[in-house]
Amino acid sequence: MSVLFAIVLLPLAGALLPRSLQFMGRHVVATAAALPVLAALILLFLAAPAVIGEGALWQASLPWLPGAGLSLAFRLDGLAWLFALLILGIGLLVIVYGHYYLDKNDPGGRFFSLLLLFMAAMLGVVTADNLILLVVFWELTSISSFLLIGYWSEQSAARKGARMALTLTGAGGLALLAGVILIGQTVGSYDLGTVLASGDLIRADALYPLMLVLVLLGVFTKSAQFPFHFWLPHAMAAPTPVSAYLHSATMVKAGVFLLARFYPALAGTDLWFVLVSSAGLATLLVGAWMALFRHDLKGLLAYSTISHLGLITLLFGLNTPLAAVAAVFHIINHATFKASLFMAAGIVDHETGTRDIRQLGGLRRYMPYTAALASIAAMAMAGVPLLNGFLSKEMFFAEALGTPLYGSLNWFVPLLATLAGMLSVAYSVRFVHDVFFGVAPPALQAHQPHEPPRFMRVPVEVLVVLCLAVGIVPTLLVGPLLAASAAATLGAPLPEYSLAIWHGFNLPLAMSVVALVGGGLLYHFRMPLFALQRRWPKPHAPAVFEHSIQQLIVAAAAFVRFVDNGALQRYMAWLLLPVALIMLAVVGSNPDWLGDHTMMPIDGLAILGTALAVAASLATVVLRRQRLVALLLISIVGLIVSLTFLRLSAPDLALTQLSVEVVTVLLLMLAMYFLPTRGTIESSRWDISRDLFLSLSIGTGIGLLALFVMTHPGETISAFFIENSVPGGGGKNVVNVILVDFRGFDTLGEITVLAIAAAGIYALLENLGLCLPLYDPDGRRWAKERYPVVLQVISRAVLPIALLVAMYILVRGHNMPGGGFIAGLVTAVALVLQYVANGVHWVHARVPNNYHPLVAFGVVLAASTGLASLLVGYPFLTSTFGHLHWPVVGEFELASAMLFDLGVYITVVGATLLILAKLGKLSVVESGEGS
Amino acid sequence: MEIMVALMIAVMTGCGVYLILRLRTFPVVLGLTMLSYAVNIFLFAMGRLRAQAPAVIGETSNYTDPLPQALVLTAIVIGFAMTAFLMALALRAWGEFGTDHVDGKTVEQDAADEERR
Repeated sequence: MSVLFAIVLLPLAGALLPRSLQFMGRHVVATAAALPVLAALILLFLAAPAVIGEGALWQASLPWLPGAGLSLAFRLDGLAWLFALLILGIGLLVIVYGHYYLDKNDPGGRFFSLLLLFMAAMLGVVTADNLILLVVFWELTSISSFLLIGYWSEQSAARKGARMALTLTGAGGLALLAGVILIGQTVGSYDLGTVLASGDLIRADALYPLMLVLVLLGVFTKSAQFPFHFWLPHAMAAPTPVSAYLHSATMVKAGVFLLARFYPALAGTDLWFVLVSSAGLATLLVGAWMALFRHDLKGLLAYSTISHLGLITLLFGLNTPLAAVAAVFHIINHATFKASLFMAAGIVDHETGTRDIRQLGGLRRYMPYTAALASIAAMAMAGVPLLNGFLSKEMFFAEALGTPLYGSLNWFVPLLATLAGMLSVAYSVRFVHDVFFGVAPPALQAHQPHEPPRFMRVPVEVLVVLCLAVGIVPTLLVGPLLAASAAATLGAPLPEYSLAIWHGFNLPLAMSVVALVGGGLLYHFRMPLFALQRRWPKPHAPAVFEHSIQQLIVAAAAFVRFVDNGALQRYMAWLLLPVALIMLAVVGSNPDWLGDHTMMPIDGLAILGTALAVAASLATVVLRRQRLVALLLISIVGLIVSLTFLRLSAPDLALTQLSVEVVTVLLLMLAMYFLPTRGTIESSRWDISRDLFLSLSIGTGIGLLALFVMTHPGETISAFFIENSVPGGGGKNVVNVILVDFRGFDTLGEITVLAIAAAGIYALLENLGLCLPLYDPDGRRWAKERYPVVLQVISRAVLPIALLVAMYILVRGHNMPGGGFIAGLVTAVALVLQYVANGVHWVHARVPNNYHPLVAFGVVLAASTGLASLLVGYPFLTSTFGHLHWPVVGEFELASAMLFDLGVYITVVGATLLILAKLGKLSVVESGEGS
Repeated sequence: MEIMVALMIAVMTGCGVYLILRLRTFPVVLGLTMLSYAVNIFLFAMGRLRAQAPAVIGETSNYTDPLPQALVLTAIVIGFAMTAFLMALALRAWGEFGTDHVDGKTVEQDAADEERR
């Protein structure tokens, strides 16, 4: 069924063409836009014999996100075919019309691209066979219509109208998504066919009211149903072809399409009846009433669209199969006459430069042909016999009469329906009479408007001929189409109905007559009504909407200022708060904290170590202002951490932690020297209690989590590493083999980060002029003699030994605890000791003082070891190893991973020294040491 | 032993969190260091605790989990780099703003802010 994909994808792919062909001129652009639509339309007609003739259901599906129940599934049944016809057919006419409508300065490529995108989205909505996919396309229509409405983005009205449309339809789309997910959860599938067949299941579900309300929110916002109708008139800021397309055949019809689509699944309950029919009835009347008083041609049409959408909604809400058939029929009819009327309004605007009814009149003299076309279309809208609007309106009246559901208020519905019919006649008459008849205002006479270009009229002609033809020979033209689409809507056998023009003298006919005569009278005596209407308070929708948007922005800004006040402390607290809350939840869940995993016995040493670490940690916090003490205390904590590692079978970690400890303490001492001790920056009492809460809850939670994991047995993937360490990596020290072989790519990343951090620190400290403190925190002058002789002597003697130890650790690392990281740190510590004992200048006079190349060389060496394996045809960082016989030392294993480890070693040495030497140099440059 | 280690982790985490919420840079650096200790032991403990079982082939018959160790080893070194970076940032801020407040505020500004609240 690739035809199905093609129908949706042709406009979608075609959307790329117009924009990219813009440089080739307007005609090419319009042709490029029309061709994919034409092709899709032809494909659609090829499907007609099967889908419309035989009532077949075409389906096509590709998996997309099977886990989420989402698939690229499309279906073509009667209903989808009908809508696809409206979308593609009227779309094609709109493209032709738009080509003549657009000014030469308007970017046509963008216009047509957006139009095609919108068209594809609409096609997706009507052919989607998966609920989630339907919502995806639904949202795409909201976004593309936003772009189309705001096409003239330089106009404030266009921007505001577009934003309002997007806000409302987007919010409705979210509600729809929620509703659809609920439906999918209930049914157990997002497949449309399954959902439609599970109507009883859905209606019996306890959540049915919620699902219905959510879906209806989507429907009502999209189809501009009262009280969400106000966005539609403001969307008239769009170019007229867009209005003709969005507001007759497509965008607003998406809502009523959904009513039709979900009819078998959701309709049939009292709740459906009450919600849908009352929203429809209210919209029908409000729209018709407002339409009568619009002075803007497009505004009049917009409100009439709202009113007609209300009519369709009301029909669906009546819960009878016949009413649903009438609703589908009216969808077809409304699309044809409303599109032609919008185009006629656009022609008037195009030729006279105004859409204000009060400044128009007598245009019949200047453009008789357009006047005739518009009059016929308007008569269809009014429901005059022999036009399509009459037929569906008759069916509507008949259904309104037959409503048995409001009880003793049943007379109410036909009465209001007739009243709406009268209003509809009145505004149709106004549209024609005030524009084309009477006397033209002087300004217009001076302007001398004329008929539009030939092909701008063609789309209107096509549509008007359809209005007439359907009105005269309905069975012949739309009989099968209506039957197929109504059957697909109902999902059940069709009721008996007749599309005849003449049903004899009956009540619906009487209502039609009353509506026609009453509407004529209403128009005739409209002046008192206008006066009355002028005195009504008119809430200005954009002002109200803008005001609420502004309020929202103000509230959002206040919230942001509260959360993001530029203080690090506040940010940290916000970050940690969720952690604390999660931890509280964890503690609150109170699982079996002590599992059955055999625990290690506790001995005196462990208790002593823990007590020391706990006491030192707490003391660090309490004594943090006495910096030297705090530093000593935190190094006790670090020492205990190293011993813990040693005790718990992690010699590599213990060695690393120990050597890092040395450099960290040095680093902190250097920083301590510079940073001020004075000043009374203190947290407020509230802040302190907040921090206590955060640290207590997070500390407790993390501790308990750790306890939980440690006392419960768990599966790990480490058996693989232990088994393959010797045969695969050629090393006995599994930790080191993991670092340089199994997860070598990780390690390469780590040393790169280390190099970057070192470079960053260098940059931060470069050209930093710090004033050196002359006194220590207690007010004593810093000692003059900087380098104690004993330390100098010992440190110089230690250096070669330390370097030898480092080499030993590096080389043996593959088989025994050790390796590049540890060896690098030991080397760094040995060299830093020289700095401490002898001063920066002394050291720099003896060793190269530029560590940047060293860091870079280390990273490059590690990376090129990895690349070397690529050269010989193995994946990046594959290692190899062999055995070597060294004299004296004996059998020696050599792995290429050791070269990698050498790179790690060099990087660590370089980075550590780069950082510490740079910091250390800060303290001597200004004091002029060594000069 | 597990309880002892969990206690250490809990206290170090709590102290670390409290310290990184301070207003001056030096305690924040201390806090970050403390938090690194806690996180490293926490990660390490995910491999469960075992004595006399280093993951060196041939040393014992029953090995401890080497993977958390490998992860923590690099984490220790990166942790040092991070602490150093923060320290450099703090020094730069001291050099530029003349204050060791984490937001670069002087004592007077801070007092004024407090007043306003």
